[in-house]
Amino acid sequence: MSNEKIQAGLDKYNASVEKATAKFPERPNLPEQRLYTPLDIEGTDYADEIGFPGMYPYTRGVQPTMYRGRFWTMRMYAGFSTAAESNKRYRYLIESGATGLSCAFDLPTQIGYDSDDPISEGEVGKVGVAIDSLADMEVLFDQIDLGKVSTSMTINAPASVLLAMYIAVAEKQGVPADQLKGTIQNDILKEYAARGTYIFPPRPSMRLITNIFEYCSKNVPKWNTISISGYHIREAGSTASQEIAFTIADGIAYCEAAIKAGLHIDDFAGRLSFFWNAHNNVLEEVAKFRASRRVWAKVMKERFHAEKPKSMMLRVHTQTAGSMLTAQQPNNNIVRVALQTAAAVMGGTQSLHTNSRDEALALPTEESVMIALRTQQIVAYESGLADVIDPLAGSYYVEALTNKIEKEAWEYINKIDEIGGAVAAIEKGYIQKEIQDSAYKWQMDVESGAKTIVGVNKFQIEEEPPKGLLKVDASVGVAQCKRLAEMKSKRDSDAVKAALADLKKACQDENENLMPHILSAVRTYATLGEICGVMREVFGEYEAHVNL
Amino acid sequence: MEKRIRVLVAKPGLDGHDRGAKVVARALRDAGFEVIYTGLRQTPEQIAEAALQEDVNVVAMSILSGAHPHLFPKVVNLVREKGMKDVLIIGGGVIPETDIPALKEAGIAEVFTPGTPTSDIVDFIKANV
Repeated sequence: MSNEKIQAGLDKYNASVEKATAKFPERPNLPEQRLYTPLDIEGTDYADEIGFPGMYPYTRGVQPTMYRGRFWTMRMYAGFSTAAESNKRYRYLIESGATGLSCAFDLPTQIGYDSDDPISEGEVGKVGVAIDSLADMEVLFDQIDLGKVSTSMTINAPASVLLAMYIAVAEKQGVPADQLKGTIQNDILKEYAARGTYIFPPRPSMRLITNIFEYCSKNVPKWNTISISGYHIREAGSTASQEIAFTIADGIAYCEAAIKAGLHIDDFAGRLSFFWNAHNNVLEEVAKFRASRRVWAKVMKERFHAEKPKSMMLRVHTQTAGSMLTAQQPNNNIVRVALQTAAAVMGGTQSLHTNSRDEALALPTEESVMIALRTQQIVAYESGLADVIDPLAGSYYVEALTNKIEKEAWEYINKIDEIGGAVAAIEKGYIQKEIQDSAYKWQMDVESGAKTIVGVNKFQIEEEPPKGLLKVDASVGVAQCKRLAEMKSKRDSDAVKAALADLKKACQDENENLMPHILSAVRTYATLGEICGVMREVFGEYEAHVNL
Repeated sequence: MEKRIRVLVAKPGLDGHDRGAKVVARALRDAGFEVIYTGLRQTPEQIAEAALQEDVNVVAMSILSGAHPHLFPKVVNLVREKGMKDVLIIGGGVIPETDIPALKEAGIAEVFTPGTPTSDIVDFIKANV
């Protein structure tokens, strides 16, 4: 069919729509365009822009066969209370068919404080597991073969310390570092922009990150050294385009820092991974995944002149949107998560965490986690969505939306370049403000009814308070502090002192890679708080400035 | 002219999830209140001191980490100890229904859970200050 013929048909259709809408007005607040045709993707060159799976620009996926070979990694984020409790949950997940581990740490751990620090009071073991030293890490992975499992750790500011502990536990299990598989989140820029668990100012933080890149490229080559995260940017309220744009801008900043530190792009870029949110709008999300791969491939090839294909592949872990879970009628969340899972799978994710129905209320119970994992398994084995690669490609709408999101992302990336890069844009508060504005608009749309959230602003019912929520006992903090005191009384305190003094010296020398020094300190059972304390002394702490 | 209601929006504890706090802060400001936002990781002492210094009518706290049973009552006690008998103290976040009676017992005037329209918070403050 020629374009003229399509246009003629479209004109005729539009005339009929006018008559129809005169009689039956359309619902308000719909996307601008009601229908997509070949005309909407007219300029899109299939070979250059869409292409084939496993080939540049990777719009259709990063592997040639995608899920026809192996499903995505079903990786359930978990961790709470003590290392022993979390170890039980991990082993339960592995027995239930989870194919990777994902560790949630409590807030004191994420911010580099020991459980006995006064600031940790009330927070120990609450949103994740409390890790004070190597001793806790040994318990956390007890009877889990680190040579076999792949482990993702949601840890950022003190990522170097937790990675060092993981390497040290593996040593004790007899597993060499070059066999270890997993990911540390290690993405400090989004902490300043959206998630809030920063410690040090941007410059020393970027140094720690490039130290990790360098150390791992030589010693832990299978480790994903960073998970550049849009997830939390989206959770903080951004749009889909902002999610990928701000995250890719962060990615550019990490590459620039590493290159400035003397690394070659192809030596580390293949170990960069990403982390996306799977939100409610299924087709927009699929388009977002596709657009993000295309943008990153172009950034790596055209901006950084990467040569290895692996450097150009945006590999991504996904989590369903926690902020879209409702406290009202929590079982409805099972359906939301199923749709979000479908989006992530049609979008071509490499691994996925599905949230549990009760997470707007508390940490999930074991039963809820099981439903969330089963949701992935049903999508994988029963839905057919994983059987054909990039199944929505060629949809006029999805291709046009992919183009649109890509275009919006480039506009943001260019704007951030003009400001001086992601670090400058964060320091100036630009990214935070953009996210806040989107979050506020979302809330106002929900309150005005422009956006419907089932069970929240429409179809509400009177409900009994939900029963059987998981509660982390306050005694966890007390028990953990006792454990910490016992560990401290048994360790060689001279060795600890010496290791910390050595670390301090290394921190003061900008040309020194800190990883070997941190690893030495960890082996003496120096605590996370002690190690981060030394770094706090030398590096100082970040102070945020908020413009509402 | 009537004095505008002053609200301190505060994030006690270590959690960095401030989407809710910022959205509420902005909605309160748009509703005509004067709003001061503390930023993240405030200790109960810092919050009580800020409430005193800023001479606020309301302290509105947000916690999503589960530390509310420990931190909310601590803030109430410190605010009262500093002599702010009439300051309205409210809270919000991921807070299980079953925790709410104890928080109210401890002096939190109202607890707003996920899905609350910001207009409910505005109305509550107007009715209770």
